[in-house]
Amino acid sequence: MRNTELLTGKLLLTGGKAYLPESNSLEPRDLLIEDGQLVGMEPSIEPSDDMEVVDLEGLIISPGFADIHVHFREPGQEYKENLETGSAAALAGGFTTVCCMPNTEPAIDTQESVRYIRQKQERLMVDIYPVAAATKERKGRELTEYGEMTEAGAVGFSDDGAPIMNGAVMRRALEYSKMVNKPVIQHAEDLQLKGNGLMHEGKVSTALGLPGAPGISEVAMVFRDLRIAEYVGARLHIQHVSVAESVDLIRQAKERGVKVTCEATAHHLMLTDEAVRTFNTNTKVNPPLRTRADVDALRQGVADGTIDAICTDHAPHSLEEKERTFDLAPPGMIGLESALGIATKSLVANKVIGLPQLLYRLVVAPREIMGLPGEFYTEGKPANLTIFHPGEEWVFSREHVYSRSKNSPFYGSQLIGRVKAVLAEGRIANFGVTVGE
Amino acid sequence: MGALSQKHMLGLEYVPKADIELILDTAFSFREVLDRPVKKVPTLQGKTIVNLFFESSTRTRLSFELAEKRLSADSINFSASSSSLSKGESLRDTIQNIEAMKMDLVIIRHNTPGSAHQLSNYVDAVVINAGDGTHEHPTQALLDLMSIKEKFGHIDGLKVAIIGDIAHSRVALSNIYGLRTMGAEVTICGPPTFIPPFIEDLGVTVSYNLDEVLHGQDVVNVLRIQQERMQSALIPSLREYRALYGITLERLNSLKHELTIMHPGPLNRGVEIDSEVADSEHSIILHQVLNGVAVRMALLYLLLGGKEQKGESNA
Repeated sequence: MRNTELLTGKLLLTGGKAYLPESNSLEPRDLLIEDGQLVGMEPSIEPSDDMEVVDLEGLIISPGFADIHVHFREPGQEYKENLETGSAAALAGGFTTVCCMPNTEPAIDTQESVRYIRQKQERLMVDIYPVAAATKERKGRELTEYGEMTEAGAVGFSDDGAPIMNGAVMRRALEYSKMVNKPVIQHAEDLQLKGNGLMHEGKVSTALGLPGAPGISEVAMVFRDLRIAEYVGARLHIQHVSVAESVDLIRQAKERGVKVTCEATAHHLMLTDEAVRTFNTNTKVNPPLRTRADVDALRQGVADGTIDAICTDHAPHSLEEKERTFDLAPPGMIGLESALGIATKSLVANKVIGLPQLLYRLVVAPREIMGLPGEFYTEGKPANLTIFHPGEEWVFSREHVYSRSKNSPFYGSQLIGRVKAVLAEGRIANFGVTVGE
Repeated sequence: MGALSQKHMLGLEYVPKADIELILDTAFSFREVLDRPVKKVPTLQGKTIVNLFFESSTRTRLSFELAEKRLSADSINFSASSSSLSKGESLRDTIQNIEAMKMDLVIIRHNTPGSAHQLSNYVDAVVINAGDGTHEHPTQALLDLMSIKEKFGHIDGLKVAIIGDIAHSRVALSNIYGLRTMGAEVTICGPPTFIPPFIEDLGVTVSYNLDEVLHGQDVVNVLRIQQERMQSALIPSLREYRALYGITLERLNSLKHELTIMHPGPLNRGVEIDSEVADSEHSIILHQVLNGVAVRMALLYLLLGGKEQKGESNA
């Protein structure tokens, strides 16, 4: 990407506060980087003449964020995004690790296609882990080869936008996944109850005359899947929870000891169906933007830990596609570049959770769900860090977008919290930190 | 004469009472033109209007075309079924050519809610929504308001019931917005599968019992029943629908007060309305058709006239 540089020599990051996952706290730490590798991390490090000193006063240093739900569209839909442009977007949002979804063309449903993604991502600053299709061609009928795909690098199994409607197939997927101890990841939506719904069914859909997808289409599926996962004792991960009652069901299931995790997107933690009143097709997303009560319940779910991770469901679509009418425009919005600003505004500025809790859901929890490497600040390894301003207010605009697609409904919105730099793989992606004097 | 507060006519949801009053007053003065031996005025000479119909329509389209001709505007027609547009073609692509021809006003009928709003973002021309899917059909509601006002002399305080498939009706939604703005009491009535959720939030009363509703109404607006609703499991049969919600002669005769009957057309005679009812002295269905031309003339005049004034003040 355009503004990354190889890190050479000694770089001293001083004056910032670091997020420490073990204690889940923010503490003053100086970090010494040499040729891109972390070589020292202390409450204070004395600068010497051979160091380039970077003053991080007022900034936070965190392990790179992880987003377990992105669409990088490769292979097959590179006009929307590819691994490279997707990685650039991830870096701009502070993410150094992502899990990409298998709704590609063809679907990522073989060990070869899993390996293709794993090999191609090696030269990128962002670690990309593929979630493989749970059934062949994401058709919800025959299972894919979980064993071989796991060996090739798959971190979970999902038909993503195509929910597994057949309960018996879902049962077998969950059972079979126990063999590799990877989660089955479900986009929980009963497609028949959803019908031809284009937005949340409620007072706004009625006022706009748009066909509605009722909240129960998600809740019914969440209920079914929780019960199946409980019955077979397998790991279930529920994607982008959007309805208050779903949060309740998952909370109850966790109390019963069901091996379930779930995520909420930044946009579902901020926007309601009122945003659709403009008929802006960038507000068309699956699951749809719900009501204020749902947003409040999601925030509560994040606060009490029912919702484990915050993700983006970064879903690039071309301008031409989004300029279609509301029924034909594909659902989804990009989200990587704006995620921190939205999440901080929604959760920290509103005092739902503190900054360390937010970072736990952006750094630690997502890696745990997907079983990704979770060693942080390892000395002798390439520094993997995100440096951000936790309180900076800024207005999100197109110029902040690195994704190949620009389909965001947040342009013109004031966000809080802004990424300044990302260090990974011996390089720095700089978005506004002054390096040198 | 005053001016409208908005550039386009996309729907009645946000149109203030003063605008509706202005449109209706203007429409009544154009009604007078329609009764003349020579029914044409030069008001919009030199203005170009495109009728963009992505969905088949007979009445609305004829009504707009006639209104354009009566005002001496130049008009062209573009028809294509929305489904015939390839999925790869955006609405913007479709209209870009038309925009290049320097149109003053675009009338759009499309099967997708919000399409008129989207169009207004893409073109400089004035946009009139001639029906966007199950969202709004503002000119239909305006002609309904005009017909009610013609009959009663006022709209405020009247009791109006809308009967039928409310959930799939742009006519219902625009009527609800317009009638509420003008101060009428609105009841909607139909089987529960035809009633959209949270419709009460729009300030209407909901009932599933037609016989109860009909007592005490001044006006009923009867919506057309679409045959395909049975395939989507919304109602079991037209027979039962007629029995429960049809405006039959027996129902009308059982009422102790006069009830005015409206229908946006085309009629399914013998289903949602009996022929004898549609053709009775209680029906103002044909007034609606004539008022449709007058209302559309008024709207074209007000929207294009307003633009002209703006141009002059800039010159």
